[in-house]
Amino acid sequence: MMHVGREVLPAVEERGAIAPEEMPGVMSDAPAVVLRGLRKSFGSQTVLDGIDLTVKSGETLAMLGRSGTGKSVLLKLIIGLQKPDSGSICVQEQEVTHLELDAMNELRKRMGFLFQHAALYDSLTVEQNIAFPLKRHTKMTEGERSDRVKELLASVGMEGDLKKMPSDLSGGMQKRVGLARALALKPGVLLLDEPTAGLDPITSGEINDLILKVQEEHDMASIVVTHDLHSAKTIADRIALLHEGNVLIEGTFKELEQSDNKFVSEFMKRDS
Amino acid sequence: MSHNPSIPHRLISQDSPEAPSLVQAILASVWSPVNGFLEWFGELGLFAWQVLRAAIRRPFEGRELIRQFDEIGSKSLPLVALAGAAIGFVLALESRSSLVRFGAQSMLPAALVYSIIHETGPIVTGLVVSGRVGAGIGAELGSMKVTEQIDAIEASGVNPYKFLAFTRIMACALVLPLLTLAADFCGVLFGWIAEILAEPISFHRFINQGFVGASFSDFLAPTFRTVVFGLIIGMIGCFQGMRTKGGTAGVGLSATSSVVLSSLFVILADVILVKIILVFFS
Repeated sequence: MMHVGREVLPAVEERGAIAPEEMPGVMSDAPAVVLRGLRKSFGSQTVLDGIDLTVKSGETLAMLGRSGTGKSVLLKLIIGLQKPDSGSICVQEQEVTHLELDAMNELRKRMGFLFQHAALYDSLTVEQNIAFPLKRHTKMTEGERSDRVKELLASVGMEGDLKKMPSDLSGGMQKRVGLARALALKPGVLLLDEPTAGLDPITSGEINDLILKVQEEHDMASIVVTHDLHSAKTIADRIALLHEGNVLIEGTFKELEQSDNKFVSEFMKRDS
Repeated sequence: MSHNPSIPHRLISQDSPEAPSLVQAILASVWSPVNGFLEWFGELGLFAWQVLRAAIRRPFEGRELIRQFDEIGSKSLPLVALAGAAIGFVLALESRSSLVRFGAQSMLPAALVYSIIHETGPIVTGLVVSGRVGAGIGAELGSMKVTEQIDAIEASGVNPYKFLAFTRIMACALVLPLLTLAADFCGVLFGWIAEILAEPISFHRFINQGFVGASFSDFLAPTFRTVVFGLIIGMIGCFQGMRTKGGTAGVGLSATSSVVLSSLFVILADVILVKIILVFFS
């Protein structure tokens, strides 16, 4: 099935609205993520050199770029796993760079992160992996937690795998469980680091459909780092192409395809 | 400086002021490991500070702490007991031959109990646990680090310094004295077994003779110095694990360095603490 990015996604207002009390992470009309002049270096190597980006609530932004251009670093900066050298990161109107650890952890509860290799806790079962954030941050009873875990697993099509260990799962299944875990606390901002990397085209397509489905269900801002142009085209409202530490171009997939810039057209032609 | 074309470039560069002298080269080779050691110590200090800061904040991770008691305590018990038993048995056999030579074989129970409780029990427990638990913690946390599981814990709003490090360090510190008691008991028991092979003596009499002149402080200070051993083992294991870099090779390196460094620091701490105990509890 061929998806065409913006056409397949109904406008944010048209998507299934979820009551605000059920979605603690979703804010008003304010942008979900605002990056200003973001810089990050590792030793003498400058990875990000003054990034400016805005992601609105309910919008999905795909970050494209060559390997080593700092796309994953950008996600880690947003969730506070790394500190920027300078610049501002504003998530749901809170400045991340100045937050104390406790406040940062509060903010992290409103953010979901799918790691490149899923990063499931390998000593816990699938059920325990998904229950981990619920157990830590909610006052749910065991029964409520169990229901929520089953609901999340059903939403990623893995309702029968509760008791499996991560080592018993394929790469695609691990990504699904990672996505379910990232969604456990109903985040307002979802960060996805290469959700289709290392997967076959069919599984990649399934993961893309799944991401579209959860976006429709949860109506959150998403930033997707990917090398997969098809995936970007399928799931993103807008695309930003990183090059030499900065955003070279920002726009819809179609706008990027029509760009006159030599690097952009080269990049877009490689995989399409 | 103009370059005389008749002189080869290689010779000019050898004589130039930029070339390091032999003294500079020696100093650099000495300074490099010293610098590395100081850097490691500084990072360990920062790590300890972060664990301490995390430890005094809620939640206190009681459930994970209990799980770690089981992992570190219960599962180390058989090995520690076996090591204590072997040491007690061998110590009794070796001591007997020496004491018989001086006609002082009646001193054997006292010598054995004193030796086990004061030094052998605590240090053997410290070294056995640093081998088993130090390697385990280093490898487990190292593996979690390289597979981004520690980042995932942090990203879900949980402090890994508390959830992973504090619970393990605390469990090590609290479990070590208990394991030492077990090693002491097994050491004395198997010392008695070794003794009855040579000369029948009841366990009651053996114990009575063994604890003649021993006070509570003889028992307390050496046993509780293992709390420090536990802190060292837990701290170094967690620190080495959580700073792992690279893939599986990095995990292996973390496990090895955890064992080597924690054993080394347990021995150093033992030397210092024995001196302190002799000063304050003599």
